Amino acid sequence: MSFSTGGALRAIASPLSRFRSVEERIGILGFTLALVFAMSQSLWAHEFKVADIEIVHPWSRETPAGAKVAAGYLLVRNNGTEDDRLVSVSGEIANRTEIHEMAVDDKGVMTMRPLGEGIEIPAGGEVELKPRSYHVMFMDLRQAPKQGESFAGTLTFEKAGTVDIEFSVDAMGGASTHMDHDDHGG
Amino acid sequence: MADDKALRRLRRSIAALGLTAVLLIGATAWLVFKPGGPLVADATDTVEIGGPFSLTTHHGETLADVDLEGAPFAVFFGFTHCPEVCPTTLWEMSETLGQLDEEADGFRMLFVSVDPVRDTPELMASYLQSFDDHIVGLTGNETEVAALAKAYRAYWRKVPLENGDYTMDHTASVYLMDAEGRFVGTIAYEEDQETRLAKLRNLLRG
Repeated sequence: MSFSTGGALRAIASPLSRFRSVEERIGILGFTLALVFAMSQSLWAHEFKVADIEIVHPWSRETPAGAKVAAGYLLVRNNGTEDDRLVSVSGEIANRTEIHEMAVDDKGVMTMRPLGEGIEIPAGGEVELKPRSYHVMFMDLRQAPKQGESFAGTLTFEKAGTVDIEFSVDAMGGASTHMDHDDHGG
Repeated sequence: MADDKALRRLRRSIAALGLTAVLLIGATAWLVFKPGGPLVADATDTVEIGGPFSLTTHHGETLADVDLEGAPFAVFFGFTHCPEVCPTTLWEMSETLGQLDEEADGFRMLFVSVDPVRDTPELMASYLQSFDDHIVGLTGNETEVAALAKAYRAYWRKVPLENGDYTMDHTASVYLMDAEGRFVGTIAYEEDQETRLAKLRNLLRG
């Protein structure tokens, strides 16, 4: 039996003890490391939470040189029993941000519409902002999103309130809609 | 006797009706099947796609349709204030052109701005640094660009946003044109990599 395990056990068992021995100190250290490790899991999974709302993997794409706009995507899950609504988004890279819906019709025409009312997130449901669908439109860019970096943003929900998030930046043609066909070479 | 007369009159009427019917069918058939009619699609009568133009490139030079003679080219309508379709299409086309390497020598892909007011040659030059060198930005005044979009039967429309800003709806397909400037086909938005490569290769091989 290693003394660190014993130390950790004793540390958990008697949180008010004064941890004088080396074993106890090592135990505390081990326990703290384990805690940090457990908490950082959510960082790697890139999730954010506010009240019953869960936000999964906000991401953006690197923009061409000199571009004035960028798009943001994310998945919003409503674990509550009441409908909520994503009413606004902001991002540190842009002076203005709107929520848009994009579509390409069967004639190959791309249309884009601002969603002034935001997007409803139904109770127990989820909505994904993704290419060819809803997206966050960052306009009048202050800085260009660069692949491998991330930038701060906030989401405001009608009921759940405001939450700070981070958008991670993918390649220009990255993480596209090709989930359904994996032929996207290169 | 009276019956005889009536019968003859009936026969004449039937004959007249028959003749009328034959004439009508014949006339209709001629209208439908004559050259240029709806069921006959020969080269001169299909919807013409493409046409003359003269616009400014992202290098500030003039480029006209006659400058393109002798090599196949592609045309894509878009604008730089475009969050998804335009950068994605230009990026995917750049990837494919990179794969084609010297096969693509002489080929040009025209990126025609449907937002010429904001898309100055300077802004397009900066934007196109991020993409393959075969892509040529084209801009001009709104009338010139509108004429070109019309020649390609492309749809475009300005959509107002909050704050007095605007975005554009536009045809997102890439038009493929042969060395004689004739329309060959299109590459759809996010058409898969293999198909895009095959279509471009076919076009380049003539």
